[in-house]
Amino acid sequence: MYEFAYHKPGSLADATAALNSAADGKLMAGGQTLIPTLKQRLAQPSDVIDLGGIGELSGISVSGDAVKIGATTRHAAVAASGEVASAIPALAKLAGGIGDPQVRNMGTIGGSIANNDPAADYPSAVLGLGATVSTNKREIAADDFFTGMFETALAEDEIITGVSFPVPQKAGYVKFPNPASRYAMVGVFVSQGGGGVRVAVTGAGPCVYRHADMEAVLSGNFSSGALASVATSADGLNADIHASAEYRAHLVGVMARRAVDQANG
Amino acid sequence: MPTVSMTVNGKSVSKDVEDRTLLVQFLRQDLGLTGTHVGCDTSQCGACVVHIDGRSVKSCTMLAAQCDGSDVTTIEGLATNGELHPMQQAFMDNHGLQCGFCTPGMVMSAVDLVKNHPNADEATIRAELEGNICRCTGYHNIVKAVQQAAKAMGG
Amino acid sequence: MAENGIGARLARKEDPRFLVGKGNYVDDINRHGQAYAAFVRSPHAHANIRSVDISAAAAAPGVLAVYTGEDIAADNVGPLICGWAITSKDGSPMNMPPHTVLAQGKVTYVGDHVAMVVADTQAQARDAAELVNVDYEELPAVVSTGDADSASAAQIHEVAANNTCFDWELGDRADVDAAFEGAAHVTTLELVNNRLVPNAMEPRAAVGDYDRATDSLTLYTTSQNPHVARLVLSAFFQIAPEHKLRVVAPDVGGGFGSKIYVYSEETACVWAARKVNRPVKWTAERSESFLSDAHGRDHVTKVDLAMDGDGKFLAMRCSTKANLGGYMSLFSSAVPTYMYATLLAGQYTTPKVYAEVKAVFTNTTPVDAYRGAGRPEATYVLERVVEAAAREMGMDPAELRRKNLIQPDQFPYETPVIHTYDCGDYGASLDKAMEIADYAGFQGRRAQSEANGKLRGIGFSNYIEACGIAPSAAVGALGGGVGLWEAAQVRFNPTGNVTVFTGTHAHGQGHETTFAQVVSDQLGVPVENIEIVHGDTDKGPFGMGTYGSRSIAVGGAAIVKAGEKIIAKGRKIAAHILEAAEEDIEFTEGNFTVAGTDKAMNIGEVAFAAYVPHNYPEGVEPGLDETSFYDPLNFSFPSGTHICELEIDPDTGVVEIVNYTAVDDFGTVINPMIVEGQVHGGIVQGVGQALIESTAYDPESGQLLTGSFMDYTMPRADDVPSFNVDTTVTASPLNPLGVKGCGEAGAIAAPAAVMNALTDALGTEAIDMPATPERVWRVAQSRQAQAAE
Repeated sequence: MYEFAYHKPGSLADATAALNSAADGKLMAGGQTLIPTLKQRLAQPSDVIDLGGIGELSGISVSGDAVKIGATTRHAAVAASGEVASAIPALAKLAGGIGDPQVRNMGTIGGSIANNDPAADYPSAVLGLGATVSTNKREIAADDFFTGMFETALAEDEIITGVSFPVPQKAGYVKFPNPASRYAMVGVFVSQGGGGVRVAVTGAGPCVYRHADMEAVLSGNFSSGALASVATSADGLNADIHASAEYRAHLVGVMARRAVDQANG
Repeated sequence: MPTVSMTVNGKSVSKDVEDRTLLVQFLRQDLGLTGTHVGCDTSQCGACVVHIDGRSVKSCTMLAAQCDGSDVTTIEGLATNGELHPMQQAFMDNHGLQCGFCTPGMVMSAVDLVKNHPNADEATIRAELEGNICRCTGYHNIVKAVQQAAKAMGG
Repeated sequence: MAENGIGARLARKEDPRFLVGKGNYVDDINRHGQAYAAFVRSPHAHANIRSVDISAAAAAPGVLAVYTGEDIAADNVGPLICGWAITSKDGSPMNMPPHTVLAQGKVTYVGDHVAMVVADTQAQARDAAELVNVDYEELPAVVSTGDADSASAAQIHEVAANNTCFDWELGDRADVDAAFEGAAHVTTLELVNNRLVPNAMEPRAAVGDYDRATDSLTLYTTSQNPHVARLVLSAFFQIAPEHKLRVVAPDVGGGFGSKIYVYSEETACVWAARKVNRPVKWTAERSESFLSDAHGRDHVTKVDLAMDGDGKFLAMRCSTKANLGGYMSLFSSAVPTYMYATLLAGQYTTPKVYAEVKAVFTNTTPVDAYRGAGRPEATYVLERVVEAAAREMGMDPAELRRKNLIQPDQFPYETPVIHTYDCGDYGASLDKAMEIADYAGFQGRRAQSEANGKLRGIGFSNYIEACGIAPSAAVGALGGGVGLWEAAQVRFNPTGNVTVFTGTHAHGQGHETTFAQVVSDQLGVPVENIEIVHGDTDKGPFGMGTYGSRSIAVGGAAIVKAGEKIIAKGRKIAAHILEAAEEDIEFTEGNFTVAGTDKAMNIGEVAFAAYVPHNYPEGVEPGLDETSFYDPLNFSFPSGTHICELEIDPDTGVVEIVNYTAVDDFGTVINPMIVEGQVHGGIVQGVGQALIESTAYDPESGQLLTGSFMDYTMPRADDVPSFNVDTTVTASPLNPLGVKGCGEAGAIAAPAAVMNALTDALGTEAIDMPATPERVWRVAQSRQAQAAE
């Protein structure tokens, strides 16, 4: 690791101030991606601003039609939440499958979606449920939030405060983990709710995306059998030593069918 | 250099460290607690697992400064009054360790596993050990050890 | 038998220290005033070094010294060695290129050592290493094992034309070809034995320490063979005379062969300690381990098996290309030759075998021994072709094997490929494994899987290995540079407890327990009163270390021989004190007794008498401390049958091992619990090779694409099931314990068992290791498409 200055502000205002006064500041929530990046000397921030001391950013609240999760709420807390499990079981299940138990004990939803790793799980839930991302400045619809590989709509001094997930009628998430890293090689989140059917795919492409053809078919018939008619093109999908684009495209179909089956219980 | 203070294995400690100091470096180098190991640089092997405020975490993926004010338990703090923790005893009884390098992290993860899943079946135990890699045992005897310890810890 | 003697399932004596965090690994060792080393590594697979500018690094904060290949050359350090000379078919010696501790003018793989920075702190050393400016002239990289010797490939070493180190053969080609003429059926396979990264969980580490007062050096290092390391560092690398050099390998966190070699980093640390006059420490980061630890395997092979109409094996022919990587390593020439081709007869009576092996250099990490070292490759070739032959002949694979097994009454059995097997009952292991695996019920289970949309397969692996390496004269005759005996010293202390020094080294195998059980059994001393000491060249006699499953068969035998000397001397002392004739003294369970009387002395009392010799036999030296050097009569030959049953999800290509049975014959088993643990771990490394572990290089640039656990898949708990492990026993007649060795069996047997099950399920031989989900999916898809046509 290169040298940096560490800050642990107690409020959003202090965090913003620290970020603005840093030459090249970097926000840290759980640190489960940032710290490995620093260790490998792949980043050299002047300042690291730890959001872990801001109590208001953590917590889960469920109202009738929405599940609100604070930005620094840890994956393990979401996975273990009975309220989340009864409102959106697929979301609790997704959180319980991120990384490994030790990563889940530190990693946070805000950190995950701000980083927007193309193989992360949470972005598929945010997009697949049509969630709203709240920041210290505004609210951002999921469809506008994820803008590219490791890119989001966040401004440099913008801090995520929480995510609000509308409660769907049904939802499911199934992933095919990368055998080595256990990140999603392909993960598909499906939901059917007030906003219609949404299908979000992570791991397969450079950024989480919605699968329009699948959404169209499932809107008419929300069953895994209906997906048989939908082909997923390999064009533009990721290819690496673990999986070709063609295999990923195939897995998108398999994971989608399994996610729909899970949603249908 | 800023001062970091925490409770480690029941004792209050306070040291001046560089901001970039990892918790595992703090434990091994500043406190001499070399039972916590480093087996990788990508947060996957789990040789470095310790408990922070009762939760298992990877101490190679935390800054010491993040743990300021926390209560930390390492493998050195698991046994009480010279008596092995049921998980340590179960690893010994079932030959759940060979070279011993992954063992401290494996044991610390397993303790947390049983706390969260007291009645875990074999599949759950195997899934929940995802964050710990062992190259020696083939996991067979580790799973048996966790099963034995789960009974002992529950009873 | 002593309470916790041979055969007891005794909990390990070493466990308490590991379980409470009191293990003492090299990185746990800190010497007063120590500095830290960081290495500048080549970012290129193949390049000439035009210049190395160290000025910025040398001026960086905390930096004590920056060394390059020029400094190494100036001090005549090295070069690193290979310990086994191979002669090519044409009689020429192998082409061994120089391998300097720090590169001199050229680098041959990504991660090759270019410079070393020594600084006050680890962070300062790493910071400064980034400031070393190396001007490289990039050269085309050679990556592929199969194409390395082609005319178009770039030349890596001047001394090795066509990148060929040697082109070796075993057997009579014409004779074997003639046998093929008469064959009713020939089965042919082309196989890839994939490159593996050993990945012991403890990264390599070293601390060099210089003592000005005595002008002597100490190296604490992660070694499987500290005495050999000292010999090599002294005799070949010129670090210090042997009597001025101490090598300590304390607790070592796994080796699997990768810690046999004496590496650049540890050599440089102990060399630099004298130069900077401070202790110098280096600990690998895992990403460095991936680049610089010796890798394993990496063969491509074509094999032909000739049979008569009944399936009786007539002859086998095998042509292999073995990748050595960028340089040679300590055993890298022996592994694909004498550790490999000599096992190609397997458990069978195949009368004629021919093997040729061409070893090639590539711009990849050097290859050396990895768990099994040559024998997994041999077993994979043989057991794949045998299973394929059974399928082609329409025979049950177990029956085809049974028809060709060497029978129990044929031992000692001389194979056509050098070895003479000592003993075995291969049919017994096969029968027992088939029963445990419920082979008879397999077809029903397969039908059930099919009904669930899954593909199910079952596969055998009847392996044999040569362990207990090895009779020194035989090793020497075949090109080995050392003797492979082992030494032990059994020291009774005056108060009756026992310290045993062994030249082997334990890094997970549990010698402190197993060897204590052997001593307890022999001398009648409770296990808790026996300490096994290893890993320090200043303690006990010179020894050869631990690899090739040799520790119990050779090191254990040496302990027994030393124990026999103890008993013989004790008998003289007891006879004198008990006023009896020496030949009337019986020794059982720790007591010297005058035959037919109740006059007796415990061995502890005898030990005290030996150290306080007031009433003592004339002509007998005081003390009770005996050393034995044991040179084995032959290799030992563990064998067995492994059966794997697995299920494939054709939608995803995911393979689940649903049942795995291992029945091994390790001869006498000292501690069944420890032996089972060795089998479990070996199986998972073998399963890893078959299904999971892929070492990928970019074919153009030679960059290692699987350079961390993010990309190199290590088997995890949820990748494997629990195993059915059992044994049969034919005690080896060739060593005093009747043991054979058990450390590598799982890794030797498992790849073939898994791949035979997988190819059974898929209905084709056309899939290579590692059979990753995508590879399996592709084959399953094409099979389904074929079936639909």
